[in-house]
Amino acid sequence: MKLEYLVAIVVILFAAQFFYGVANNPDSEFGGADGEAGDMIAEINPDYEPWFGGIGFEPPGGETESLLFALQAAFGSVVIGYTIGYYKGKGERN
Amino acid sequence: MHIFEGFLPSPWWQVWFAISIPVIMYGIYQMNKLVSQRREIVPLLAVAGAFIFVLSSLKLPSVTGSSSHPTGTGMAAILFGPAVTSVLSVIVLLYQSLFLAHGGLTTLGANVFSMGIAGPFVAYALYKVASKAGMNFYLNVFLATAIADWVTYVVTSLQLALAFPFEGSVFASFKMFALVFATTQVPLAIMEGALTALIMKYVVQVKSDVLVGLNVLTSSAATKLREAME
Repeated sequence: MKLEYLVAIVVILFAAQFFYGVANNPDSEFGGADGEAGDMIAEINPDYEPWFGGIGFEPPGGETESLLFALQAAFGSVVIGYTIGYYKGKGERN
Repeated sequence: MHIFEGFLPSPWWQVWFAISIPVIMYGIYQMNKLVSQRREIVPLLAVAGAFIFVLSSLKLPSVTGSSSHPTGTGMAAILFGPAVTSVLSVIVLLYQSLFLAHGGLTTLGANVFSMGIAGPFVAYALYKVASKAGMNFYLNVFLATAIADWVTYVVTSLQLALAFPFEGSVFASFKMFALVFATTQVPLAIMEGALTALIMKYVVQVKSDVLVGLNVLTSSAATKLREAME
């Protein structure tokens, strides 16, 4: 169980750094760093226009986007939980 | 790791495809060989892929006031090496670029290189070296995958800097991008390392024989780790 405790401590520290970040950046919405990099490109080269786009599906809004991200996480979690649970059960029977 | 669609001008998007495609091809070859010779690794391959799915769907807030994704690729790299990991990341990056407008098709080569090749290569190399030196398994997994996560974003910064030099200087531009990506990523990388160490513990618990077969652990190291759990 020792490793689980250590990971729990890391999770608590992670939450702490987040709250510290909130306190230090009261106006921040914690947007994506990739978006910030996009702004930086606009700063370095104001004339740059993305030369390609619009092939894939673009979620109409934040709700659909969070649905698709949640599906991605749920799908992955099911696979991990099923596989590890399956082998754990199998191992205990032998 | 998400360079937006259309945000890499010629010749850079082609360059990153040219570098990534051979690795992906080799990864497909390696994966086919592994799956046909060792059926027992298939569930572990699924878990490693699923781990990338879960971690790269999480947008975690950082102390810098922005959010970013962990990569999840360090685990697959330790288990199967960087080439197979690149194939798994192509799947995730395609999903995110086709359905979520995150990343893009033209920047796929660059994004696969940072998240699926450069980071995983670092994780794999660090793990192997530290493992030979006899480092504690969980500490090794933690360090290798945390550093690999961070390296992914340093590489992304470099890719953007090469394409968009600031007043002609790639280095000045690299410092600007790295300030955003590399600093934001530090807490996330630590989180990713901790989660990877934890899931690897469960893999050791249920399937340590496969880890021995994949040369991730020696059989004596696996026995020791299992004994420590009881």
